[in-house]
Amino acid sequence: MSSLYYQKRLSRNIGDKFFTSLSVICALIAILPLIFLVTYILIKGGSQINLDLFSLEPNPPGDDLDAGGINPALIGTLIITTIASIIAIPVGVGGGIYLAEYSKGGAFSRFIRFGVNVLAGVPSIIAGVFIYALIVSTKILFGSMYSGLAGGMALSILMLPTVIKTTDEGLKLVPNELRYASLGVGASMYTTILKVTLPSAFRSIATGVVLGIARAAGETAPLIFTALFSYYYITGFGDLFYEMGSLAVLIYNFALEPYDAQNKLAWAASFILVLSILSVNIFSRILAAFTEKTKRV
Amino acid sequence: MEEKLTLFKNRKRFGIEKNIDIIFKNTALVLSSFVAIILLGIILVVFFQSFESFSRYGLKFLVTSEWNPVKDEYGAFTAIYGTLVTSFLSLLITIPLGVGTAIFITEDFVPKVFREIIGSFVELLAAIPSVVLGLWAIFVMEPFFRAFFVFLHNFFGWIPLFSTEPTGRNSLLAILILVVMLLPIVTSIARDSLNQVPKKLRNAAYGIGASRWKTIFSVILPAALSGIMAGVLLALGRAMGETMAVTMIIGNSNAFSWSLLSPGYTISSMLANQFGEADGSQVSSLFYAAFVLMILSLVVNIFAQWLVKKFSLKY
Repeated sequence: MSSLYYQKRLSRNIGDKFFTSLSVICALIAILPLIFLVTYILIKGGSQINLDLFSLEPNPPGDDLDAGGINPALIGTLIITTIASIIAIPVGVGGGIYLAEYSKGGAFSRFIRFGVNVLAGVPSIIAGVFIYALIVSTKILFGSMYSGLAGGMALSILMLPTVIKTTDEGLKLVPNELRYASLGVGASMYTTILKVTLPSAFRSIATGVVLGIARAAGETAPLIFTALFSYYYITGFGDLFYEMGSLAVLIYNFALEPYDAQNKLAWAASFILVLSILSVNIFSRILAAFTEKTKRV
Repeated sequence: MEEKLTLFKNRKRFGIEKNIDIIFKNTALVLSSFVAIILLGIILVVFFQSFESFSRYGLKFLVTSEWNPVKDEYGAFTAIYGTLVTSFLSLLITIPLGVGTAIFITEDFVPKVFREIIGSFVELLAAIPSVVLGLWAIFVMEPFFRAFFVFLHNFFGWIPLFSTEPTGRNSLLAILILVVMLLPIVTSIARDSLNQVPKKLRNAAYGIGASRWKTIFSVILPAALSGIMAGVLLALGRAMGETMAVTMIIGNSNAFSWSLLSPGYTISSMLANQFGEADGSQVSSLFYAAFVLMILSLVVNIFAQWLVKKFSLKY
């Protein structure tokens, strides 16, 4: 009779309790770093935020008590990621369109999809090495060596797989009935794609692309020997062909300086970088959840 | 009748529209082949740049640890060893943690809201740039673990892995920061593959009287194993190529040591450190090291993809 009731002391029940608490501990350990990290960045970085930070150049490391601001790095990050987007988005969306709309699952498209996955797994520093060999050391860009342009190209290599993948997958989710309807009323293939399938997949593609840009904005390894770093204001178009600072490289350089003022600047830059990346991520997550709900209705 | 024919005639597509259609398709084709071109370009460029060093040292480059720009002698054993040790050991810690977390998220121990919050927290961790993790590791993690490392050395110093006096940055810290970086990858992929296991398998196991964890260990985990394995391999590839956080915390020393408490080197941190200032045959040797890194991560990635294809769930 007693066997019909839950018995605490059975070995299977003790074992269950043990493993359950073990997995709870795992989950706690897994979220601890994020909590620690975000609090530290909020406290240490947030306390450094002031107007000068956004408007001044960083002072060269030394015994100066004042480290200056991060204006050139902030603008540099915006410019470099914009260059990367200008290259990667058209190429990626075009490639994704081919994979999703034109290819018929043959050897070529299988090879490209495989290549996309492989390229996504290539270490980011290899992209930097590649652009260094191709552009920086050959001075192919009008004789300039390290430049913001080269940095943007290196980042675009990292963005490309994300953009292709999200376009490919976004377009595949568009129901075929829409395509049949459009082709049925006599639209040509490119009209169908540009006017029907791309717009209906727009939100999922845009979300993926924005996440890819956010990811690229934080990348450092491809920039340290393509864009290098600069302490000076970006004043004009010609600066694209010279060394260009970025938030990520500023954090790397100044974290390794022995001076407290520079370290503080690195924390401030992390605050801005992490805050913008996290808000983009959270925003797109909410947007995705919202679309899912409206679709179900 | 006559009228109808002209109507059809006018409805025919113009030549120009046909041409646009063809141009559009071919542009898309060319753009999609860019991926292959870039991939092959990377492999070829890195290979040809490393050719000088390759022909000079051959495979000896992989097993000697001399790295001396003055004497012009190069060998990448320390860096290769460091890459392998840091990535494998960090994975060893990450797998149980990540899979445990994934099980917690997919089982119903706590209400769904909490599980979703924890799940998205872990995924947000993946969005943090590695250079910020490196900064955090330098100023927060290193002081935090210092006493623990001294303890490790004092009590387990007889194990070669802990045989050196801990002095600031070291390989073990690099392993720990890699765990933080790999955790989101392993957790989210493990969660997805656990979620894909059909409910009827679980119900069948419960029906014949298996306890919850008996079900997890004997039914659900084996069914999700291939997906989890693929996630682990992807994480391994990421660990091998990870540059910034590791470079900032590993100490960057080419002196070979078995101990995890001494400064070390990985291929990517060597590249990050030396590439900017290198010249002559050092550049070629660095390209050789980059080539080794690329082959390592390519092999791991391709194997992961093969695994996904071969063993993807068939329910």
